[in-house]
Amino acid sequence: MSVTYLEAIRAAQAKALRENPNVYIYGQDVATYGGAFKSTKNLAKDFPGRVLDSPISEDAMVGSAIGASLEGMRPIVEMQFADFSANGFNQIVNHAGGYFYRTGVSCPITIRMPSGGNPGSGPFHSQCLESVYAHFPGLIIMTPATVEDAYTLLLEAIAIDDPVLFFEHKFLYNRVKAEKLPEHFSFSAGKARIHRPGRDLTVVSYGVTLYDSLAAAAELEKEGISIEVVDLRTVKPIDTETILHSVANTGHLLCISEGWPWGGVTAEVVARVASKGFHLLDSPPERMNSRDTPVPYHPDLWLAHKPSIGAIAKKIREMLDW
Amino acid sequence: MLNSLREPESEAVHLGFQEQYVSAFKWMLLARTVEDKIGALWRAGKVAGGCYLGRGQEAISVAVGIMLKPGDTFGPLIRDQAGRLAFGEPLFDILRTYLGKKTGPTKGRDGNVHRGRPRERIYPMISHLGALVSVVAGALMARRMQGDTNFVGATSIGDGGTSTGSFHEGFNMAAVERLPLVLTVTNNQYAYSTPNERQFACHDLVDRAIGYGVEGYSMDGTDLKECLEVAAHAVRRARSGFGPQMIVASCVRLSGHAEHDDGSYMEKTLLESPIGRDCIKVAHSFLVEQGWADESTVQEWRLNAKMDVEDVLQRVQREPAPVPEEEDWNAFSSHLIDPDLSA
Ligand SMILES: Cc1ncc(C[n+]2csc(CCOP(=O)(O)OP(=O)(O)O)c2C)c(N)n1
Ligand SMILES: [Mg+2]
Repeated sequence: MSVTYLEAIRAAQAKALRENPNVYIYGQDVATYGGAFKSTKNLAKDFPGRVLDSPISEDAMVGSAIGASLEGMRPIVEMQFADFSANGFNQIVNHAGGYFYRTGVSCPITIRMPSGGNPGSGPFHSQCLESVYAHFPGLIIMTPATVEDAYTLLLEAIAIDDPVLFFEHKFLYNRVKAEKLPEHFSFSAGKARIHRPGRDLTVVSYGVTLYDSLAAAAELEKEGISIEVVDLRTVKPIDTETILHSVANTGHLLCISEGWPWGGVTAEVVARVASKGFHLLDSPPERMNSRDTPVPYHPDLWLAHKPSIGAIAKKIREMLDW
Repeated sequence: MLNSLREPESEAVHLGFQEQYVSAFKWMLLARTVEDKIGALWRAGKVAGGCYLGRGQEAISVAVGIMLKPGDTFGPLIRDQAGRLAFGEPLFDILRTYLGKKTGPTKGRDGNVHRGRPRERIYPMISHLGALVSVVAGALMARRMQGDTNFVGATSIGDGGTSTGSFHEGFNMAAVERLPLVLTVTNNQYAYSTPNERQFACHDLVDRAIGYGVEGYSMDGTDLKECLEVAAHAVRRARSGFGPQMIVASCVRLSGHAEHDDGSYMEKTLLESPIGRDCIKVAHSFLVEQGWADESTVQEWRLNAKMDVEDVLQRVQREPAPVPEEEDWNAFSSHLIDPDLSA
């Protein structure tokens, strides 16, 4: 038996609904239809009155979740695509994000953000917006790459008293699988993980590019190059310590994301390592991102828009030749 | 069956109506034919991404599109293939865009329904529903500021899209500015899987016209005659300075939300209700009843539509796809800005 990333997300929601009567799910087509990606399939039937179809009103979906959370609920809001959270941006960044600091009262909402590209999805169903939201104070930004993390981090997101934006990658939904879901786990939000140990160069990544990084590492292994791959898991808070530890061992840093290149997670990682770990580096810290254009529709353009396995391997070779 | 807030003057079948009706019907056939083809291509794996068809909504779409004149602005939405054609969008555009061709209006950078020709005042939608309303409004404001007269803008939205803040802000603004905007709400009873009762609580979306302070019409979107009459009236009113016009056309989406969706959640009885009719069949019968066409003529029109689509498709299929190595990865238009500086 195996579990997909998508099933893990569904299972985490089912568990949360089962164990906490204050949890409910609100989003477009989440009830009878089970969500555009089926991540809430059957939940409306199993938990009557607690999985509700919303109008196409992202601003109000988030705003209502904030209000409900103030009354003790633990809302999960599903954006149909992360891209449409733009319509709820004000409520997310200004209302939810600032709530605790302004009032001393926390606002425990979870917003699920189906993110990232797939062939043919085009400019408005592909975006990676974690960096945008991470810029605002008060929002926890999760970017699970594995089935286990999709499950445990989502449960943590629901338990955390702060607003959490959960960036689940659509490309991974049915492509990554695990034997089974973890039964016991300790709270690990905010902690990165060494996904693959190595000694020559550190690649820091998260989400779908974790797998591209691992594939590049496997390719380079044949050339005798040993890559350490760090999975950030949550990009805010960011686990600088684990990154610095790894760079201390390897002397080189490459940070990779599917997001756009201006600022963002990769720039943050490079900045932190450059300022706190300058003495650890044997080459300039580098980063790779998608190109600075909207995500193109045509599958060939789409592939060329984001960092490819080949480009990652090439970059690593160049860095080690530095 | 015109149930408007302000009754339009009765639109007796006027001179030229027959020609208009026939020409609208032919656009509907062409729209249906090309969309059936796109659906088949999608099922054959030849179309990447989603596939959103306007089956059952051709009558209302074409009615608005055909009333617009060159120089007017059109902001079509997901299911407006018929209106696009009637307004002048070439058949090439849909095929090139769905097939991701470099020759298409988006050069393969965007797909399916996200196409347009801004210079010819066909605005390409973004996916975010409601976003076009204020953009069309702004274009109309600009033309008024520039001293233009005798222009209108039209845009559409679905029942679901009316729940966005963008829709409300845009339409309210158009009303405040008394802009010549014709807004069609095509209520096909569902937004993806979400039925009307989970979307809004008013009896009929046209009730909102009162709130916005605009003229509104509620009608059967499956009857081409009624669609043409109401659209003609609304476009004329907008053009003559009576401010925004809100047309609410009821029909049933005759397919799933997109081709990956079988629509099995849809209420079966809807299809047996008057608004569940196929507008093309309704118009076909009307043409024959009126003696404006006989069966063999309609058959010939259908064949012509098929041949047109096949002909364009043959040509488009031979056209090149975008080449990543040749792609200009630059989101700025200004030649004064070095693209490398941004990334
Ligand atoms: C702001 C926003 N949220 C969510 C979506 C995803 N979405 C695309 S189409 C659709 C349903 C639209 O329904 P409706 O407006 O009734 O138009 P129809 O598809 O029925 O023509 C949804 C929810 C979107 N495009 N924009
Ligand atoms: Mg609808």
